[in-house]
Amino acid sequence: MVQIFFAYFALVSIAAGILTVSLRNPVHCGIALLVLLGHVAGLFVLLHAEFVAVVQIIIYAGAILILYLFVLMLLNLKTEERYFHRRHAWYITGVGALTVELLMVLLASRFGGAKGPSTVEAVEQIGNSMAIGILMFSDYLLPFEIVGIFLLGAIVGAIVLAKTPSPADLSGKDR
Amino acid sequence: MYDLIVTLIPMFPLLAVLANGLNVMLGHRYSHEIAHRLAWGSVLLSFLCSIWVLGQTLGHPDPRTVIVYRWFFGADLTVNFGFLIDPLTCIMLMVVTGVGFLIHVYSVGYMHGEEGFTRFFAYMNLFMVSMLLLVMGNNYVVLFIGWEGVGLCSYLLIGYYYDRVSAAKAATKAFVVNRIGDAGFLMAIFLIFANFGTLDYTDVFAQAGKLDPTMATAIAVCLLIGAVGKSAQLPLYTWLPDAMEGPTPVSALIHAATMVTAGVYMVVRNHAIYDLTPDALMLVGVIGGTTALFAATIGLVQTDIKRVLAYSTVSQLGFMFLACGVGAYAAAIFHLVTHAFFKALLFLSAGSVIHALSGEQDIRKMGALWSKIPKTHGVFLIGTAAIAGFPFLSGWWSKDEILGHAFTHGHYVLWALGATAAFCTAFYMSRLLYVTFYGESRVDHEAAHHIHESPNVMIVPLMVLALLSVVGGLIGVIPGGLENGWFQQFLQPVVRSTGAGGEAAHEEGHLLAYILMGVTTLIGAAGWFTAHYFYKLKPEQPDLLMNRMKGAYTLLLNKYWVDEAYDKAFVEPGKAVGRSFDKMDQAGIDRAVVAVEQVTDLSAAGSTWVEKHVIYSGLNRIGYSNHLAARVLRRLQTGLVHHYAAILVAGLVVLVNLIVLFLWLGGAS
Amino acid sequence: MVPVSAYVLVSAILFVTGLAGVLIRRNFIIVMMSVEIMLNAANINLVAFAHHLDSLGGQIMALFVIAIAAGEAAVGLAIIIVVFRGKLATNVDQINLLKW
Repeated sequence: MVQIFFAYFALVSIAAGILTVSLRNPVHCGIALLVLLGHVAGLFVLLHAEFVAVVQIIIYAGAILILYLFVLMLLNLKTEERYFHRRHAWYITGVGALTVELLMVLLASRFGGAKGPSTVEAVEQIGNSMAIGILMFSDYLLPFEIVGIFLLGAIVGAIVLAKTPSPADLSGKDR
Repeated sequence: MYDLIVTLIPMFPLLAVLANGLNVMLGHRYSHEIAHRLAWGSVLLSFLCSIWVLGQTLGHPDPRTVIVYRWFFGADLTVNFGFLIDPLTCIMLMVVTGVGFLIHVYSVGYMHGEEGFTRFFAYMNLFMVSMLLLVMGNNYVVLFIGWEGVGLCSYLLIGYYYDRVSAAKAATKAFVVNRIGDAGFLMAIFLIFANFGTLDYTDVFAQAGKLDPTMATAIAVCLLIGAVGKSAQLPLYTWLPDAMEGPTPVSALIHAATMVTAGVYMVVRNHAIYDLTPDALMLVGVIGGTTALFAATIGLVQTDIKRVLAYSTVSQLGFMFLACGVGAYAAAIFHLVTHAFFKALLFLSAGSVIHALSGEQDIRKMGALWSKIPKTHGVFLIGTAAIAGFPFLSGWWSKDEILGHAFTHGHYVLWALGATAAFCTAFYMSRLLYVTFYGESRVDHEAAHHIHESPNVMIVPLMVLALLSVVGGLIGVIPGGLENGWFQQFLQPVVRSTGAGGEAAHEEGHLLAYILMGVTTLIGAAGWFTAHYFYKLKPEQPDLLMNRMKGAYTLLLNKYWVDEAYDKAFVEPGKAVGRSFDKMDQAGIDRAVVAVEQVTDLSAAGSTWVEKHVIYSGLNRIGYSNHLAARVLRRLQTGLVHHYAAILVAGLVVLVNLIVLFLWLGGAS
Repeated sequence: MVPVSAYVLVSAILFVTGLAGVLIRRNFIIVMMSVEIMLNAANINLVAFAHHLDSLGGQIMALFVIAIAAGEAAVGLAIIIVVFRGKLATNVDQINLLKW
């Protein structure tokens, strides 16, 4: 059962990804990205990471993608005749295929690594959110705070960059 | 105290040398007045010290050694810088410092106004130091130092007028001929060391008896070679006449009174060795006798006043060697002392004559000077009388003692040589006197105007020497009578003979001695009378005789052509060898230099080519290749970000492949 | 039971797809979307291994990645707005002031 869902989610994700990078109209690309994000969330659910899946939907699909679509429409770029660098396409694709090939060879090997404490059963007992919350606010508190500051910086930067320049800014004189 | 005084004797002149020498080198900081006072003052002080030492030695005539310091030493040999004071040394000291002092004083007047005044006195004092070391040394090394030192000073002083080519040549000749003698002397020193293991006189003479006769002869002959060189005997005498190029005081001091007597002193000092070899002694006597006669014959016809005196010196030195050869060492030293008096007197008065005539030295241009320079004439007369053997003057006593000793010990041939030489001596000295002072004046018109007596500073020493020439011989007869005066008694401990030439003959009787004395006097008188005949009574005779005996005359006038013979035999070949070496040098070196030049040129051209075509072009190409590479690589900088991203990805791909291939696959699966 | 290698494979394919998009597309915004795809691929990898190794660290890391992606998207789009406001260029080919 799980394999069927996995196959579905995986194939659609890959298809959506390919569509995102190859469609002509940018808005179509955005829609494809949305599909991708949703199915990636589905993969997360299959992996018993419900909290992450939900966050993916809410933040990624619900905020970031919206932002992209807003900016797309704001700028209203013309779609041009030649929308990709033709020469590069072939080179990159070839090399990329090679790398994937190598990775497949890799995948035949055993994956090592120490097993952690949070087995699926243990997590299901308290629920994924709580488990993540406990861990986040104890072991990973510092990165959490730093990310907060980072987001603050991003906000400030985005606002400063994107606001309509005042006439003084445009003329370049000191205020 | 004694040691101090003895050490001071050579110290005083040494200090004067340093002062005057530094003065000359630093540009004459003080005047000539101070310079000459330093010079003769130091010699006077040495003389006074020598008198004191003599007084001390009169009390106890045993030899006393004064070691100044231990000079060098090794396993086998220790050489000290030390002095030996015994009666012989005292006598020599008195002669050297006394006569030296008088000559220094005389020089103040003679060298007055010369530009090299201070230099002259510096050299003279240096000579005094060397001579004092020579006579005072207690071992062969100190003797040799003095020996070489006097040779050096002789060179410096003969060549005093260094801008005269003849003077420079004469100085070189003196030094070179001396050197030949010195080679023999060194051989003797080596032999002495090899046989005795020490170089101190006392040790050597004490062990002298252990020598086998052949070795003793060898050492004696080698020493003799040295003495022959230094004292201008046959065959190494040629330098002395030429040495007259130097100023007259130099001739007086060095070539009459002191340096040339060093050979005699050395033979007497080493009598312990000579007494062991009658053969060597005979050789000494023969050399002395033949030289005496040989030089006297040359002196018969010379025309330069100083040359005559020079040959006379050679001849008189021959007498001294003759005396040593017959074992009469004390007589040799006695004659050395009297000869110092009258020869110095003669030279200095000759200098006075030359000074009066403004530099004229040719006796053919003199004459009738007795009234014009009476004092000089007086002292010259006394000197001539002394050397000719005028009765009761100093020369008479000493010469007679030598000839008497020779005869009484059976050396009749030597006696005959000496007697003939004495005849010649009397003749040529009287001839000199007559031609210079009597007869008609042949003086140059110009010089005649300026004839003047010498100043007192020159006359007074002459007078002192004249007095010594008159009474100096008496020390040989008072108080013990003939050949047994104070002098001989004083020297007795030193010249005590151990072998041949003993004093046994003295007992033979005084009658023979008086007869011989009479014969000697007659010979002297005959010599004088012959001169009187030729130059006063019948003045035309000399020319007639000369024409009749043209061959003999030319032979004598040209000094038997000995100088020319030496020149052809030794000097010219030597020069030819030098020239051939020079040519070889030039041919070889010139060719080598040219070859080097060519090689250098080639290599320079090669280097230039390499530089241009290899290095520079290489460098240029490197730089240019940089340029090319840059031009190619520059196109990476497109300014387009996605190109950069592509390159990033390419690098990433390569890295991942590498890691996968080599790390993971190599290790894991 | 799905082996973890399957998830890794999916992640790899998505990553390369995103990378291709970054390099090929000429539109800035599509390029940024491709970057989002790459980030998602990384997330899948992280969560897959978190599940495989029974550790929640991977999931927490995935949360952080999402947060960072949000911030980066905001700033990047702001830059694009600034660039295009002055009509400096309409596609990546024309932003080449760094050209030699």
